[in-house]
Parts: sequence; structure tokens; C-alpha cells
Amino acid sequence: MKRISGISMVLAIAALALAPSTLHAQQSKPWEQIPTPKLHDFKPQQPKRIELKNGIVLFLQEDHELPFVTGWVLIPGGSRDEDAAKIGVVSLYGQAWRTSGTAKLNGDALDDLLEAKAAHISTWGDEDSTGIYWNSLKQDADQVFSLTLDLLLHPVFSADKLDLAQQQEASGIVRRNDDEGEIAGRESAKLVYGANSPYARQPELATIGAVTVDDLKAWHDRTLGGKLIVGVLGDFDPAAMEAKLRAAFEALPAVKPEPERHDSFADPKPGLYFIDKEDVNQSNIEIVGLGTDRHNPDVPALAVMNEILGGGFASRLFQKVRTELGFAYAVSGSYGYDWDHPGEFRAMAMTKSATTVDATKATLAELNGLTTKPFTAEELARAKDNILNSFLFKYDTRSKVLWEHLHLEFNGYPSDYLESYKAGIEKVTTADLDRVAKKYIHPEKLAILVVGNGPEIKPGLDELKMGAPQPIDITIPMPKQPEEKKQ
Amino acid sequence: MRTRVFPWFWKCFLILLLAAAFTGARAQDLKSFEQRITTKVLPNGLTLIICERPEAPVFSFSTFIDAGDVNDPSGQSGLAHMFEHLAFKGTTQIGTTNWEAEKLALAKVEAANDAYEAEYLKAVGRDEKKLAELHKAFKDAEAEAHKFVIPNQFTDVAERNGAEGLNAFTAMDETVYFWSMPENRLELWAWLESSRLADAAPREFYKERDVVNEERRMRTDSNPTGRLVEQFLATAYVAHNYGRSAIGWPSEVQQITATEAMDFHKKYYVGANVVVAVVGDVKASEALPLLEKYFGRMPAGPKPEEMTTVEPKQFAEKTVAIREQTQPFFLEGYHRPDYRSPDSAVYDAISDIMSNGRVSRLYRSLVRDQKIAAYAAGFSPFPGDKYPGLFAIYAVPLPGHTPAEMGVALHREIDKFKNADVTDDELQMFKTRTRADLLRGLADNQGLANDLAEYQSRYGDWRELFLELDKVDKVTKADIRRVANAIFVPSNRTSAWIETEAPAAAAKKDGGAQ
Repeated sequence: MKRISGISMVLAIAALALAPSTLHAQQSKPWEQIPTPKLHDFKPQQPKRIELKNGIVLFLQEDHELPFVTGWVLIPGGSRDEDAAKIGVVSLYGQAWRTSGTAKLNGDALDDLLEAKAAHISTWGDEDSTGIYWNSLKQDADQVFSLTLDLLLHPVFSADKLDLAQQQEASGIVRRNDDEGEIAGRESAKLVYGANSPYARQPELATIGAVTVDDLKAWHDRTLGGKLIVGVLGDFDPAAMEAKLRAAFEALPAVKPEPERHDSFADPKPGLYFIDKEDVNQSNIEIVGLGTDRHNPDVPALAVMNEILGGGFASRLFQKVRTELGFAYAVSGSYGYDWDHPGEFRAMAMTKSATTVDATKATLAELNGLTTKPFTAEELARAKDNILNSFLFKYDTRSKVLWEHLHLEFNGYPSDYLESYKAGIEKVTTADLDRVAKKYIHPEKLAILVVGNGPEIKPGLDELKMGAPQPIDITIPMPKQPEEKKQ
Repeated sequence: MRTRVFPWFWKCFLILLLAAAFTGARAQDLKSFEQRITTKVLPNGLTLIICERPEAPVFSFSTFIDAGDVNDPSGQSGLAHMFEHLAFKGTTQIGTTNWEAEKLALAKVEAANDAYEAEYLKAVGRDEKKLAELHKAFKDAEAEAHKFVIPNQFTDVAERNGAEGLNAFTAMDETVYFWSMPENRLELWAWLESSRLADAAPREFYKERDVVNEERRMRTDSNPTGRLVEQFLATAYVAHNYGRSAIGWPSEVQQITATEAMDFHKKYYVGANVVVAVVGDVKASEALPLLEKYFGRMPAGPKPEEMTTVEPKQFAEKTVAIREQTQPFFLEGYHRPDYRSPDSAVYDAISDIMSNGRVSRLYRSLVRDQKIAAYAAGFSPFPGDKYPGLFAIYAVPLPGHTPAEMGVALHREIDKFKNADVTDDELQMFKTRTRADLLRGLADNQGLANDLAEYQSRYGDWRELFLELDKVDKVTKADIRRVANAIFVPSNRTSAWIETEAPAAAAKKDGGAQ
């Protein structure tokens, strides 16, 4: 859930559920008299899927509303796979790939050419993928696609652009303790997964400084042999586009299977952790544990539970911590699930220093309440309405439909996943909610992290009766030999 | 109630969208929109815009109130934003178990709050014991009123009916409410939205004030950039409300009352001050009668008088230096005219050539070649466009580089705009990108609704969204040089920066502990 959205962060109450109807009957509910006509028929257009002989998969999604063509190539493998001594290499790769350009056209010349046409080609390096994106007016689509292909297949990696990317990255590292929300998010993830986990570790000046041009080339050569997934969206002729993509990708060697992952996951070490930040007047409270992944058949029930816990204005956390207590503008909570590894169970609230303890207690009480405060039929109905009545916003544009398919293909899920997920939501009962809450919610296994202004936090964190808070040192390690280049 | 995360981002986005029809495109020109858009001014002065875009069975709306924090009365900074929060608390029909009884209880809350405030603000002779009693009386009155509340019922009904992206923001110049919904909820939405515009109830106000105080702590007090920007604006302006904290100075927010919020509502939430745009799977012939029925309930009222304060010409260069334990940052601004200026598109050209992408001058100079900044960009206008705002430029120094170096490097780039013409390629690139970016924005219901409502409100005609491209096309190299020479002068400048100060204890630490 977004942290900074406004009104829509979290809520809860069960106001309707808890208020005895005889006492609190409204005289009339005019909105309930308003008819809800049948929704217009809508069959979202599905992209055409083509699996090439070498294993590369193409998705074509026509959309002729505007004269643009957009495409993506997703490449498996990302920062979670990088060498621990060179953390940050994938991020640097994602930047220097595009800025270096190709033997025919260096990155700067590519910028000039594309921007004159209001076109874009960009590359990225993420946790589980790298890739390339292009977008242009239809009239430039052929040229921009061939430039993209050249960059995909024949990149050069220049020392100068690696250096530029390293400096940008270094700037991010030295700034990472300026914003308390960033500190809280990063450090709480380390509590969940472990500081050295591929899902939480962070680049340091030393690890980015160790990256060489050869590392970027090696990464490219290695991952380009994986199962590429290509998606194209926009104003094109499908037969011509298919022919063009086939010509481009069919010649590549057969894809190599991704190596099995051997990540290990364990619950965090429970307890209270603290990071002192003297220039803030608000505490950032994170209560975290390990979540699950989407293969888990309990995910639909967990999604409904999340909606009740922190999913909207009427959710329990929003109603209690924000509306009733006025403790926080930003408050949220959910039991997370990722595509192929456990997500995070995370509840957070940002409150003034003086109410740190009270807000922590109030948030914890709602987490405890998941197993002690029975889910009501009204809560279930509301959560289902919230999820199901807005469900079509998952596929109301052709771009969203295409991206759903790209995600599913990339993560090895069946193409009808969204439909079965929706059917799963529809079937959830209060008994299911009670069952999953008992199975997954164990507040005693959670870690609590507070980032805030120590001297201002009164009453102090000892009031939480969790022992002395364990300090976390967030000092940024400075390499003995500074890596930054002199002018 | 998102309020300005980075208000200028939104503005810049709109400016990119501005422009006009793309001549090469089929169904995206002004003519095609004229066929799909229906506009109607109701007897109460409220303007409705319906744009048919039946790509999927959904619609988005944007309710644009021509009033923002610039309209907060003196001593009540943050009032427009406080009302925005109140607009999610329901009406006399929704959110209450018994409005008549609740109304009486709320009157007692106001009386109790007034009594408490009167004692609290006594300069001499404040009686702490009495103050505590008055505070308890206030809390008791609040609890009594709370008995009639069905918390968050307004938003709950919207969300249960599929509202997506439900939110609002208050900017300096305007307040905007928006969400998207399945098309079969159009009438329900019209009831909800028109109800809160016409019939807001001052419910749970003081709790919500606490929430807004937390929003301020998050965005401003506990955020280095938030602190810097607030001081920057307060320094750049001496008379106009653009210099005042938009979310509100803490002491002022803390004393805003529900009565004041409702007075603001009464004055500014009148038909003539409101444009509602709906975009999506909506047929104007069917929807218009319905929307007229509901939005016709809004009170007419006169269009509120415009603010008359004009920022006097700046004649002295101003600076703000913040020394604290965060990383360095540099920001400066130059006063420029409002959005109606004939040079409006010239300012857009300068910020585009200065800042847009890796071909931009600031990227190539400060980031790529000199390698002194991680990022540098100009944006304009800030913090608003309705009144004369600033052309602002910022730079994020790389490790080992100082804000002072940023200033020197930026001024060197600014001088190039003053002393030489931009190239033909640069100017053409600005025009091409502006056209393409306008087009890119047309396939998004929410973005389009926001634009149509804003342009209708600001220009009296949504067509300006498209016609503005003519102004973009007319920008010349000489215009850019003339405007740069007019505003980029030291006496028109305010600079603000953060210099990193070592922590007192740092000397003892041996940095780098793992």
C-alpha cells in the first residue's frame, strides 16, 4: 500500500457491524434507493501469445486509440542473483546499458536521435529482472524497434558511463539516511529477511566501486540466454508485427532454463528495535514479519483479511489509528505475498514522537485482534465488495491486460490466474478468515522497529514492556580508499 | 487527502499535457473531442463536462474547486486543506445516525472549543486548572457528538461500490477531488459527490485536525526537502500568499475550527467556483439529465472575489542557508508571471530545454560532463500558476560537491540562455515532445478529467487544452532569449540550500562502524 496517499490509506471499523442497528438506525439511506444497472458487457481484449521454437515468448496487444507503439523485453535474473561482493551491479548495469549505447550509435547520439522524435528507449535492472523498453509514435516505430534490437543484442558498455552510474548510485547511498521513511522501510526489510538476504541487502560504496565494465558485459551475456518475454502494445498491424518479432527473436539460441533458487527464509528475530534520528518530530513505526507467496492457496483469504485489516477507509487500522485516535495520517497493514518468494507481513504508522508508544500499542492491538476479534459477516461482505466491485480496474486498459500476462508468464503462473484468484475471493467465508488468521498471524514472532527522535519519545519505548530497545547502527561505511574520482 | 507531495510534478505534468491537437493523428484532435465532449453550465453556475470514452465500462471524475490554500484567510493557513479532509467525513445524510441530534451536539463541541481556546490564548492570567477543566469539557462534548457518527461511511459506500484511486489534493490555487468507478455507479457517484459539495457536515473535525498535523510532520517537519521548500517560499515572497506554508503553520492549523472550515466552504464551494468533469463509458444524452438533477442542488452564491494582493517587484537577492546533518541540496527561484502571460509557453520551452531528459542542458553539463550533480532540473511555475509564481531550478550535488558549486554551474547555464540563442534542434525538440506528450495523456480517463476540469476553470473553455499548442508552435529563439534576460537576474532571485553539518558527536566516532 502506498505510504503517501492521502485519504486512502487505511481504515476500519466495523462501524456498521458494531453499532447495534436498533440504536443507530439511520432514518433513511437515500443512496441505497439508487439503482445499480447491469454493467455494460465487457470482454477485455487478450494479447496474442506466441511461443517461439527457442522458447522465447511474444505477446502482441493491439490498441489503435493513439498512434503509438510501445514494447518491453523482460529478461530473467536481477539483483537478487548478483555477487555479494558487488551488490549494486544490476542497478549499474540497468543504467549503463542504455547510456553507453551500441557500437553503431553511442548512448548520447541515441538520446539525440530519439528525443528529436519524442521517442524513448530505456533499460532497467530490478530485483528479479532486467529489461528494455521502447516507445514512439507509430511513424517512427520501425526505426525505434531496430535501435532497440541493436541495443539488446549488441550493446557496448563504456567505462565512462559506468563511472557516471556509479556516481549516481553513490549519491543515493550517502543520502539514504536523510529520510526516515526510507530508513524504516530498508531496515525493517533487513529485519524480515536478514541483512545479507538477496531481498534486503543494500549496495555500499565499496560494493558499487568494485564493479567493472567486464562485470556488466558478463551479466549481459549470461542473462540474454534466458527466457526472454517480449510484449508489444499499440497501433500496429498484427501480422507485420508478428513477422518482425519472429525475424528478430527466432534466430536466438534456445533459452537456458533458470537455475533453481535456494533462498532460505526464517521469521525475524522478535523484539523491539530503535533508530535514533534527531531531526524529526514524528516516529515511523514498522511492525514486520515474514509473509507468503502467491502459490499459497490461502492467498484469496489473506487478501480479504488484508482488506479488513488495512484495505481502505473502513479497515480496522484506519478506523482505529487514524479516524478514532487521530494518531496518524499514514497507517497501513497487510500480510504480503510475492510471486515466487515470501513477501513481508508489514504494519506501519507514522505518529508524533509523544504518541509513539500509544500508536504502537494501538497498531499491535489490531494485529492481535485478527486472531481474537472474530471477523463479522459485515466485515466480510464489505471487504468482498471493495475487492470485487473494483476488480475490473485490474484490466480496464489494454496495457494492464498485457502486463498481467507478462507478469504471469514471467513468474510461471497460468494465464487464467486472475480469474481463479477472483473466484477464490468470492468463496472466502468468515471461517476461512478465522482459519488463516490463526495460521499466519503470530504477533509474538514480529519485529518492531521505531525510527524517531529518541529524547522526544515520551513516554519512552520501555513502556512497551519489550525490554530495552535494540539499537540499529545505520552508519554508512566509507571505503578506506574513497572511490569517487577527482575532477 | 494527499496534499502536494511534489506539487510541481503535477503541474509540470499538466504543462506537458497542455498543448494541442496532434495534426497527424486520427481521433485525437480537437474536432474529435468536440464531438465527444458535452459542456453545460447549470443555473447555479456549476459547469459540467462529459467526455465519452467507452473503452471499458468505467469512468473517472474530477471535481475542481477554484480555491486552494492561497485563499486561506490570514491567521488560518491550511484551512482549504482542512476542509478537503472534512469533505470525506460525510454529510447531513451519510455518516450520521441522527443529524438533528448530532447538529446540536456539534454546536456544543464548537462552544466548548471556543471556551478552551479563549482560556488557552489568554496572554495574562491563564488559569491552568480552569484550562484543564475546559479541555475535559471539550473532550466530553466531542465524545457526545461522536455517538451519532458512523465513521467513514461516505468513503465506505464509495469503496464498496468499486471506487478506485479515491483521493483529493489541495494545492495553492485549487482543491481537486477524484476517483474512478464502474460505469453502472454513475448515479450513485453523482449523489455522493454532489452531496458533499452541497451538504458537508463538520463531523469529527478536531480528530481530523490531529491527522492533518501528522501529515505536516511527515511532509514538512521530518523531511529535509520539505523543510527547505517551506523556508524557500517564505523567503521568496513578502506579500503574496504563495509564500505561506500551504499545509499551514503549526500554530495556525492547531487553532482552525470547524466553524471556520464551514465558512470557507460556504464562501468558496458555490456553483460558479466549481467544474465537474466526467470521462469514460458515459453517454452524455443519458448522463446529463442525471447530473443536472444532482449537481443542481449545489448553492449558487456569487463567484468569490479574486485575491488582490500582488507580490511587489523583488529588488534584493535573497538566500536561505540551512545547516544540518542531511546531505546537501540546492534550490533557487526567479519570479515570473502567471499562466495567462503571453510568454507562458516560452517558460515551458526554457524548462524543457533546460531539464527534459538526457539531452537537456543541465543533465549534459552538471551531470554528464562536469560530474558534480546527481540530478538538476528547472520547473515552472511553482508553487502555483494562477498568480505570479517562480521559475525554480534545483540541483542535487554528488558526494564531495557543495551547494555553492551548484549555484555557479547553474548560473553558467542560465547565462547561455541569456547570451545566445537556443539551437533550432532544441526548439524543434521542445515542440515535438510537447505535442507527443499531449497525445500520450489522452488515453487516461483520470488524467483527461483533471485536465478538462482545470482548463475549463482556468480559461473558461476546455478547448484551450488543445489550442495551447498554437502558442507552443509560435515560440521563437528570440522569445526565449528575451524572457531569460528579463527574469534570470540576481535581484529577482531567491536561493536556498542545505549544507551538511557534522553531528556534534561525530568527531568522537570513527565513521564506518559496521
